[in-house]
Amino acid sequence: MSLAFRDETFRDDFTFYNSPAAIRRFPFPFDRDEYMYSVNIEPHVKGPVGSVVEFPIDIDEHYVAEMKERALVLQQDPLRCQSLPHMITAEWDLVELLMTSMAESYPQWFSLTRDGDRWHWINRPLEIDQKFTFGDVATLPYPPMEYITRQCQGDFSLLDQREDNLWMDAGIATTQADWSLDFDIGMNFMEWHAPVPFAHQMGVFERALKYLLNLQLGRPVRRLNWTMTINPRLDTSPEQYPHWGKDRTQVTPENAGQKVHLRVELQGLWRLPRSNAIVFSIRGYLASLQELSTSPKWARRLSRILKSLPDEIADYKGLTRHRPLSIAWLSRFEDGSPTTPGCGPD
Amino acid sequence: MPTIPPSPYKSRPVYTGLSWVAGARRHLIAAEGEGALAALDLLAAADADIKSRTTLLYTPGGSKPQGHGAKLAALLPGEAHEFPSIETLLFRLNVELTRANMSTRLYTTGTEGFLGRVVALAQSHGINPMSVVTEHRGSLARRVQCVHCKGFIEGVTTSIVPCSHCGISLFVRDHYSRRLGAFQGVIVDAEVPGDVPAAEEAYP
Amino acid sequence: MIHAHDIRVRVTAIEDVAARTKRFRFEPVDGGSPPLFAGGAHITVALGDDDGAIRNPYTLSGSPQDRGGYEITVLRTTDSRGGSAFLHEQVRVGQELSISAPINLFPINFLARRHLLIAGGIGITPFLSMTEQLADLGQNFELHYAMTCSGAAPYEAQLRSRLGRRFHRYCSDRGERIDLETLLAGQPLGTHLYVCGPERLIDATIAMATSLGWPSENIHFERFAGPPPGDPFTVRLAKSGQTVTVGQHQTLLEALERAGVEPPSLCRGGACGQCELPVLSAEGELLHYDHFLSEEARAAGHSIMTCVSRLKGRELVLDF
Repeated sequence: MSLAFRDETFRDDFTFYNSPAAIRRFPFPFDRDEYMYSVNIEPHVKGPVGSVVEFPIDIDEHYVAEMKERALVLQQDPLRCQSLPHMITAEWDLVELLMTSMAESYPQWFSLTRDGDRWHWINRPLEIDQKFTFGDVATLPYPPMEYITRQCQGDFSLLDQREDNLWMDAGIATTQADWSLDFDIGMNFMEWHAPVPFAHQMGVFERALKYLLNLQLGRPVRRLNWTMTINPRLDTSPEQYPHWGKDRTQVTPENAGQKVHLRVELQGLWRLPRSNAIVFSIRGYLASLQELSTSPKWARRLSRILKSLPDEIADYKGLTRHRPLSIAWLSRFEDGSPTTPGCGPD
Repeated sequence: MPTIPPSPYKSRPVYTGLSWVAGARRHLIAAEGEGALAALDLLAAADADIKSRTTLLYTPGGSKPQGHGAKLAALLPGEAHEFPSIETLLFRLNVELTRANMSTRLYTTGTEGFLGRVVALAQSHGINPMSVVTEHRGSLARRVQCVHCKGFIEGVTTSIVPCSHCGISLFVRDHYSRRLGAFQGVIVDAEVPGDVPAAEEAYP
Repeated sequence: MIHAHDIRVRVTAIEDVAARTKRFRFEPVDGGSPPLFAGGAHITVALGDDDGAIRNPYTLSGSPQDRGGYEITVLRTTDSRGGSAFLHEQVRVGQELSISAPINLFPINFLARRHLLIAGGIGITPFLSMTEQLADLGQNFELHYAMTCSGAAPYEAQLRSRLGRRFHRYCSDRGERIDLETLLAGQPLGTHLYVCGPERLIDATIAMATSLGWPSENIHFERFAGPPPGDPFTVRLAKSGQTVTVGQHQTLLEALERAGVEPPSLCRGGACGQCELPVLSAEGELLHYDHFLSEEARAAGHSIMTCVSRLKGRELVLDF
């Protein structure tokens, strides 16, 4: 497989873009023209070749650049990666899950050799060759969760299961859609979802929690979530909001196509074997309105979704200020024609 | 007396009110300010046996003129200890918890910021936060953490407050962290700098 | 009944470990390693003639470090379903069986400062793997094991040599009892209690801890309550119109599975809530044997846990 990892940025000059192939595989999350809240959890099983769910962990053309961006965020703010002391077993579980999955799915880039507790990990794109003892933190240059997530796209949190609840007791968040790991760490499932409108009243979280408490080993699940981000900025954290908030006022009818990005999160959940914890991965994908409109079906559908979105949800997602501009920009593709079934492009 | 209205936000702790946990061999009460009134109610409902197993730590805060301390001391001779500040009370509570065992139960009452700090200290001793018996009394003032510089601001009574550390104008969200014992404060004028709405007296 | 996610295993060893108690070793038929498991986990095993008419949960009693296979330890009981009798009398080395992936409903609480483990008789099984994992993690723990000493208690010698001073034995047949009051009253803050064994021991331990003021968050237990038998009854599935008869020694869940329906299920012990199905009508009395539904939910009768509960009456109609 010949995938070129691009040198690109997610801040300042924003040189990020998607290749035509990356646009085709973009996980467009809407399967109908009208917005509907749904939990949409499904088994995380192998998807079509080339899709973002072909493998359990998706590595794409932005891999190397995203890992550079993560290192920059952590350098400025180490609180983005934290783990309460009782989560160390779950951290090692995560190391195993990610290393085995990455090595199995992408043998051309990653390899893992195991001899009992003696592990040898090679990451060719990042030029890492590491021998270490599984279970011995002294043999890695970072704590286990931080070590492996500095080499894997997406944010991660580790959820401890106790008292019939899930507790977000460890995680790394450098590409998050406006939530603070530092503030939310230690919270249970109901608590960290507190700011989400509507869903509590609908009993959505009670049902989702009950489902996840019984999540089984070897049977991971996934769902898609989405929001919109101005500029291809990965780090839209509350911590940095003073820095990126102004972006939202700089959208114009002319530049909306380049500036406004649909941000889709592929969320995966796995039961971990030694710790009985759950890993919750949040893998973000960005595509500008212009990139999405290379499939007119997506442009028409997104504009219809934005029109039917309740104000409270738009507010929660931070879209209020630029929603009309996005709809206006997309209107050039709105010819009133129907869209084909399913999420895929034209 | 102001009471906390039921919050639609699920990260907000629920303070269920003080009542004795039957059977515990030792009872530790940490009270602040008007929390003395809740402690007095609790002690009024106790028999001699319970009182003989109880230790109370009290700091009067803004309620000093009311003289609750003397009433508490009269109900628990020798085992009602008064402290000049929250810090000095927590220092002593830390020592008491070091000597405590699983048959010790902890009760705390006072303002929300105080409750949060007592529960956080208890947690550092391995106590499950849900097992601390809590009752809110006194001001609704909030302890707020600035999400940007991570500084804490005590006794916040308004919906918008300038961070006492970095100066940013913060909106106080109804999002509470038990670990930090604080509400989240987020910049209010990030999108249009200087566009700061008037602060309302929201948490008197 | 074989499930889509079952693991096919071969029985590779059967040993007597104590009176009426056998250990069975299972290794995957495909020669690979079975999924890792943590202390306290169990699997369900399809048992009985005709490739698994019943499915019973059994705690994994082997080492979490053993990557070659799983072990379970089974006491021959007089339970009418015949699960343990089948294992003791019918299963032979070399035979193939279907098992589920590990499920952990009795996990270690990693926030604990100290772990106090109390076992009675065959209730020792979850603590075999738990003590190994706790020791491996350098955790502070103690095991108190009440048993019948005359008949060679399962795993006593292994635990004594592995745990040393952390192992405490009580011979119930010599009148020795765990002094629960003294033991529980003196535990330092942050201790978590785990108890597994006969109903009597579990109830007495929980009652003592509660009466000493222990918070419920620190008390964990696992009951080995097999689903009780009952009179046969009929169940009708409203969505498909299918009608199934539940036999005397069969659970509602097993009867549905036999009929080719695969309703949700997990623990098969009435604990996890996964198998809850909505009840449309019940001609007779619902016998709720689970530990999941609240008193109010039982009284309302809108749902039933199919893995243990049943109907005393003629026909049950489920919204499924």
